[in-house]
Amino acid sequence: MTGAAASPYGPRADAGPPGLAAKLLGFCEELRSEGVAVGTSELLDAFAALEEVPWTSRDDFRGALAATLAKSQEDRRVFALLFERWFFRAAEAEAIERGIGEEGRRHEGGERLDVEELRERIRQAIVDGDESAMRDLARLAIAAFGRRGEGSGVVGVDVQRLRRTLGRSTGAQATEDGAAELPPIEREPLSRFERHLRRELERDLIERTSTLPPSRPLAELDRALPTSPSQDLAAVHRAVSQMKRRLATLGHEQRGRRRGRAVDVRRTMRASRETGGVPLRLRYRPKRPHRPEIYVLCDVSTSVTSASVFFLSVLHALHDSFRKLRSFVFIERISEVTEVFEHERDFRTIAERISREGGVADVSGYTDYGRVWLEFLTEISDDLDPRSTVIVLGDARTNGREPHAEVFAQISERAGRLFWLNPEPKLYWNYGDSVMAAYERHCDGAFECWTTRHLESFVNVVAGGAPAGG
Amino acid sequence: MDEAPTPRSVAETKEALAAAGYLADEPAALVSFLAQRLGKPILVEGPAGVGKTELAKALARAGGRELIRLQCYEGLDEAKALYEWNYRKQLLRIQAGGESGWEEVHDDIFAKEFLLERPLLQAISSPDPVVLLIDEIDKTDQEFEAMLLELLSDFQITIPELGQVAATTMPIVVLTSNNTRELTEALKRRCLYLWLDYPELEREMEIVRLHAPELPEALARRLVEVVRMVRALDLKKPPSIAESIDWARTLLLMGAEDIDRETFEQSMSIIVKHRTDIDLVAERVGMRLAGAPTQAPG
Repeated sequence: MTGAAASPYGPRADAGPPGLAAKLLGFCEELRSEGVAVGTSELLDAFAALEEVPWTSRDDFRGALAATLAKSQEDRRVFALLFERWFFRAAEAEAIERGIGEEGRRHEGGERLDVEELRERIRQAIVDGDESAMRDLARLAIAAFGRRGEGSGVVGVDVQRLRRTLGRSTGAQATEDGAAELPPIEREPLSRFERHLRRELERDLIERTSTLPPSRPLAELDRALPTSPSQDLAAVHRAVSQMKRRLATLGHEQRGRRRGRAVDVRRTMRASRETGGVPLRLRYRPKRPHRPEIYVLCDVSTSVTSASVFFLSVLHALHDSFRKLRSFVFIERISEVTEVFEHERDFRTIAERISREGGVADVSGYTDYGRVWLEFLTEISDDLDPRSTVIVLGDARTNGREPHAEVFAQISERAGRLFWLNPEPKLYWNYGDSVMAAYERHCDGAFECWTTRHLESFVNVVAGGAPAGG
Repeated sequence: MDEAPTPRSVAETKEALAAAGYLADEPAALVSFLAQRLGKPILVEGPAGVGKTELAKALARAGGRELIRLQCYEGLDEAKALYEWNYRKQLLRIQAGGESGWEEVHDDIFAKEFLLERPLLQAISSPDPVVLLIDEIDKTDQEFEAMLLELLSDFQITIPELGQVAATTMPIVVLTSNNTRELTEALKRRCLYLWLDYPELEREMEIVRLHAPELPEALARRLVEVVRMVRALDLKKPPSIAESIDWARTLLLMGAEDIDRETFEQSMSIIVKHRTDIDLVAERVGMRLAGAPTQAPG
């Protein structure tokens, strides 16, 4: 009980720097709170891995942790964000506890430089990609800035102001000076410099107040999927190809299972050994999952304009994945566009052709769901059978017209499964002219869906799993 | 259990891989090193054509190990992946030994002799250390993954009639996935995770020059720059590293000195292989290359 020296278990093994294990556990706790699945076995692996790499090398340390703790791309993104924050905070907390501060850092060299010279040096450091120079210069800039009494004490605001003051140095100034040979600064290194700036400001603030700001959960923004249109399209394709697997393998395997099975000669012979080579028991070939037949009905009216680009890209991706897919667009009438998708590969042309040749708007351009169901029922529903899946993409806003929910119910009966994807948040369903409730009753599932995230969660629900990010 | 030499440091692993013709980046070298030290499988994910399979091959060459490869596909079952009883031979044995007692025959026909070893069992029972590559694991279904769990965590396989077959030497197991579906948590838990992405400009240049040594440096740089430009577009199938290398060799054969618009258009089909992609690339990248007489002045 007295001390480590008196321990009956002998001297302890070297456990690395004091508190590393505790820090790591805390880090894992933080990862878990952000939804990364870190189990005990992952933790043990992490410790085992750290024994193999020199933990004084930051990259190896980080790489070993990443390999054992974050095992998907999404997890890696969260890991990268948290790793930076956690170990920065850990170091700062330690510094506060022990009262360590950097002497005179607040005025270091700040008065010697004027802003122009500073700009030039920062530009050079950014172009060279010199991290340590960037860090020093970030501190200089903050010092010079503080001397002019412009520091607001709020990190975000200060970064903005500094950027504005220094902003002229990055590209815009080059043309003013006529120094056109200066290469423009790319976004990536520039944002690296801003990270240094932010970090040093935080450090400054922590030192002044001697407390750590509360750690917040990562903002949704930080972890959201990339949002440029081209990447969106790729993400939609990914989600749809997942959907393909799941629709193909799930849901129908119980039905008609015993029908039309083929005898597997090899396995029957093998089973026959038990009975001395007489094939008493027949073995069957496992039934391969059938290809699902999918009918997609997509609303392209003005009330869903913002969503219809997304919907069209979903349709586009679906066509790449399923051979037995028929797609329809509708506003007041319904029109089959399967052919357009089959013959045209370019997304933009498809969108144009559909708006030109679809022939779905009559006069008003307002969606008439009731009429669409009637048309679908009379013209197409004879093709529906229990193996078919119908997916409706629309906002269920009837513009005051008759919704004909009973017709919709008939469609639902004939089809094996019917799903509804609504581009509006659930909050707005059934407000105004939305009659979602009338239709939802007859669906196997209705989902809000306007991002790839929602699409993924739809796919997961269809597969019987938990909704993503829920 | 372990006879194969394990590397002592990350740098050593990296050098060994380089000697085997694979220029690994830091994470790849680190994970390969850890996998050998900790005896854990590596799960490699990343876009197609960044050298996931090649990493396994290089590990085999570097360690002087045999490479055993299991290519996954939809519908792959344990009879093709693990083992199968050679029932024809068993039937023959039953018929041939007509007068011997049933007990004797029964013990006899479930001996090793009647076992057909498939890649996984082969890797486990091999007397020499091996590299086991399970390629494109995401193509199989989740049931198959579950079957792999025993192998991945304990390096053993249970055959009901024979008992457990445990590995005599520690194999390096590499699983690759193109990320077309989420793998199960249980599988991931047993593996070290490595994300391979398209390499940095400098490293891809080294790789290209390693495989096409006669290519002048300036041309290699230009080539990699163009390939990166092409990758930045939203293509159905972005060019892989292997295609960069193919293109480099093509340029050598063509005797090209520089990549101008004409050479690019002639040889573009080496790196871009979809009709819509070709149109897009010709429009976006081809236009930016110098040297064409039709290019607008200024």
